[in-house]
Amino acid sequence: MEKKLPKIEIIEKYCKGCHICVEFCPKDVLEMKGFYASVKNLEACIKCMQCELRCPDFAIKVITE
Amino acid sequence: MAFDYDKYLRPGKLPHIWCPGCGHGIVMKGLIRAMDTLNLKKEETAVVSGIGCASRLPGYIDCCTLHTAHGRAAAFATGVKMAKPEMNVILVGGDGDGTAIGGNHFIHACRRNINMTYIIMNNYIYGMTGGQFSPCTPTGAKASTTPYGNPDPGFDIAKLAIGAGATFVARGTAFHANQIDKLIAEAIQHKGFSVVEILDDCPTTYGRRNKYKSVIEMMNRLKEVAVPVKAAEKMTAEQLQGKVLTGVLYKDETKPEYTAEYAKVIERATAAK
Ligand SMILES: Cc1ncc(C[n+]2csc(CCOP(=O)(O)OP(=O)(O)O)c2C)c(N)n1
Ligand code: SF4
Ligand code: SF4
Ligand code: SF4
Ligand SMILES: [Mg+2]
Repeated sequence: MEKKLPKIEIIEKYCKGCHICVEFCPKDVLEMKGFYASVKNLEACIKCMQCELRCPDFAIKVITE
Repeated sequence: MAFDYDKYLRPGKLPHIWCPGCGHGIVMKGLIRAMDTLNLKKEETAVVSGIGCASRLPGYIDCCTLHTAHGRAAAFATGVKMAKPEMNVILVGGDGDGTAIGGNHFIHACRRNINMTYIIMNNYIYGMTGGQFSPCTPTGAKASTTPYGNPDPGFDIAKLAIGAGATFVARGTAFHANQIDKLIAEAIQHKGFSVVEILDDCPTTYGRRNKYKSVIEMMNRLKEVAVPVKAAEKMTAEQLQGKVLTGVLYKDETKPEYTAEYAKVIERATAAK
């Protein structure tokens, strides 16, 4: 069965480039691209929500169904 | 599903003022999730603070809010609770606000066991004013006012709260984000004065001076020092050296609550007329 991928939304006008979401993602899904966080490898995402929970700036959303 | 924080945020206020990587935002999100879990009504909930970076929090929350004088959150909040005992009253603030200038208000709110919840964001420093040491700054740490290392021992906020009479005391960290809402929700539900200390980070005024290369190093430290109370039971004193217990540290449901006791005073006084 094909797994359903989430949609990861990064709101750049809120992102302060702190690296927290990138560093603590257990699956290395995210990376810093210039100042902002960005999605590098969506396929690896396990929807653990850690990035969304830890972002101090309301800047990352993991949208699942 | 992504959590909808907008429900309890004042529209148009983001981005907030906190620095990149400051844990106060993580704590605020935890509070919002707790408010949502308990389905708190905005008109029945007051979030009250003093002064400091942490104390800016109520400005973002869409409910009844009060941003008061430095160290005085507990005094103003007590006024709100006495006037409207049916309200959920939540105090928020920093270690400086709560244990230095506000230390007296803090211990007396604990002593009275008044039904309010106090979330104290302990980043070990006066962040807002540029990094002066607070009563929570660890021994040896550098602050703008202790450039050669702090000679003072720091307060253990949880022990202080328990000693002063608080009946629910918990501790979490900004790293353990998914625990914050659970601790706060349990604290709000507790009938009495509840204290939730969140070990936090101030990369700007504490991290820089104390040789943390980045906010990630500060987060990793929180991750390493925290030991859940249950896990600690199986550890030796040696293994617990330098660790900090997290979770619900103390709970007493037998002690009388202040607004209930005060209602009895009103009854007696009314009958005596
Ligand atoms: C009566 C008074 N004294 C001093 C100050 C200056 N002051 C503003 S915030 C602050 C300390 C805040 O530290 P803390 O509560 O730990 O919050 P943080 O900024 O670290 O989040 C001080 C001393 C003030 N605003 N009012
Ligand atoms: S949900 Fe988990 S796995 Fe997916 S990007 Fe966020 S932290 Fe990484
Ligand atoms: S945690 Fe939030 S603010 Fe920090 S880099 Fe990631 S999206 Fe940006
Ligand atoms: S100075 Fe420190 S406490 Fe204040 S917003 Fe910046 S990181 Fe947070
Ligand atoms: Mg502080």
